[in-house]
Amino acid sequence: MNDKKVIWKRKPLIKNRLLRIGLILLISTYLLSVFLTTEIDWQRILEGIPRGKNFIFAFFPPDFITRSDEILAGIFESLWMTIVATIVGILISIPVSLGAAKNIAPKFVYFLSRGVITLSRSFQEVILAIFFVKLMGFGPFAGMVTLSLSTIGFFAKLLSEDIEDINKSQTEAIKSTGSSWFQWVNYGVQPQVMPRFIGLSLYRLDINFRESAVIGIVGGGGIGSTLNTAFDRYEFETAAAVLIVIISIVMIVEYTSSHLRKLIK
Amino acid sequence: MPIIKQKDYKTWKKFDRKRDLQNWLCWFLGTLIFTFCFGLISSKTIWFYVFDSHNEALDLLGRMFPPETNYFFTLIKPIWDTLNIATIGTTIGTLIAIPLAFLSANNTTPSKKFIRPLALFCIVSSRSINSVIWALLLVAVVGPGVLAGIIAIGLRSIGFCGKLLYEAIEEIDENQIEAIEATGANKAQIMTFGIVPQILPAFTSISIYRWDINIREATVVGLVGAGGIGIELDAQIGDLAWAKVSVILLAIVVAVVFSEWITAKIRKAII
Repeated sequence: MNDKKVIWKRKPLIKNRLLRIGLILLISTYLLSVFLTTEIDWQRILEGIPRGKNFIFAFFPPDFITRSDEILAGIFESLWMTIVATIVGILISIPVSLGAAKNIAPKFVYFLSRGVITLSRSFQEVILAIFFVKLMGFGPFAGMVTLSLSTIGFFAKLLSEDIEDINKSQTEAIKSTGSSWFQWVNYGVQPQVMPRFIGLSLYRLDINFRESAVIGIVGGGGIGSTLNTAFDRYEFETAAAVLIVIISIVMIVEYTSSHLRKLIK
Repeated sequence: MPIIKQKDYKTWKKFDRKRDLQNWLCWFLGTLIFTFCFGLISSKTIWFYVFDSHNEALDLLGRMFPPETNYFFTLIKPIWDTLNIATIGTTIGTLIAIPLAFLSANNTTPSKKFIRPLALFCIVSSRSINSVIWALLLVAVVGPGVLAGIIAIGLRSIGFCGKLLYEAIEEIDENQIEAIEATGANKAQIMTFGIVPQILPAFTSISIYRWDINIREATVVGLVGAGGIGIELDAQIGDLAWAKVSVILLAIVVAVVFSEWITAKIRKAII
């Protein structure tokens, strides 16, 4: 009889054996080359550990009181910036997202809008902020412009994907009534993408608030400026307070926005 | 959708009167909030600079062109560093995110009362602090350089990957786990044969997505000294060498478009 034991083995993730080994080799050479080309100054790190400990202890206890006026002013400025920037950004992204939807826009407009989106997505908010602060001077206005422009890349990209997925028969029905182009968009397209639109707006509001904390570091106003000043003055207790405030506000915003999104669905 | 009867004809309107009024009120309140906020911002703005900004922009563009193309060759090392920060940072971030996600998913957490909130808190605080702020803190601890960038990107990725991953874990099919359980598998075997295969696709797409984001983030952590192309950018802006800055910006666009292309390719190959 056949007394060979039958052993079950899990199927490998990648069927092709050559590809599997090749991938492993590729990854290990990559890791090796990273390890060889990055200079890591272990001495500095060893030195840094006690310094880091002091640094972290300098954050405790967080000091909300000494600079409470500045913290409050920073937070409110960030909030105004976030609200205005989100609204302006969304208003600009509506035409861009219509242009970037393959099923609506002519080829020329499509590529133009896609270009706008790619450009807005490639630069981080901080890099944009550096330039706008240089162009428009310090303060929340530059931060607002930055946030609105980076909203376009995010919002228009996701919204245009949703527009591309709409139900064609509904838009055709509207078209067959002899509607103008604006009526067609208003009654045929807009109701179909509205749930996604609201969800994305709330999500972007949340992101913009978080980003406003960083933009301040390069001079764009808001809570980031407060944080940066605290660091510059070596007032780490205040910096800790600012960080805690940012985290708790982000938590609140995230919680409410996810709750609202569930309600809308 | 009401049909409104006039004296001798009917018209159709999208909403009835009550809904119209509600919509109008929403718009009114929205505009009010917007103008109020904008007023506050504008009170802190020096409008002279804003209205002058187009001149400034033209001036800047004039200085940026033509870009100093030779400078690109000195950029190769920083670009390589940026790629490494993103890749290694994503790897570290996802590796830490996996256990955190298991601890914070409703169906796999060992204790709902104690460990779950703690793990969720770790995820949220990692998410709410931007990688630039992480880098700012880490440069002070481990010194300026690539390592600070890697850790900053890693710490920031934990929250993102952890959140998406634990949502994926919560959505798994319980039947498959039951089937594995019925064979007499222990906890670890349930994990490897029941849960892991189900979340593997989500896991790969999450980590690829995060890698794509991290390429962008890695370009800016250098602004506070944490390695990569951001250090060059900061230095050249500081030197007002705008012809070099434009080369750096071009390099960033190319790197981002390249990463987007690669992620699209990989995603297509896997899914």
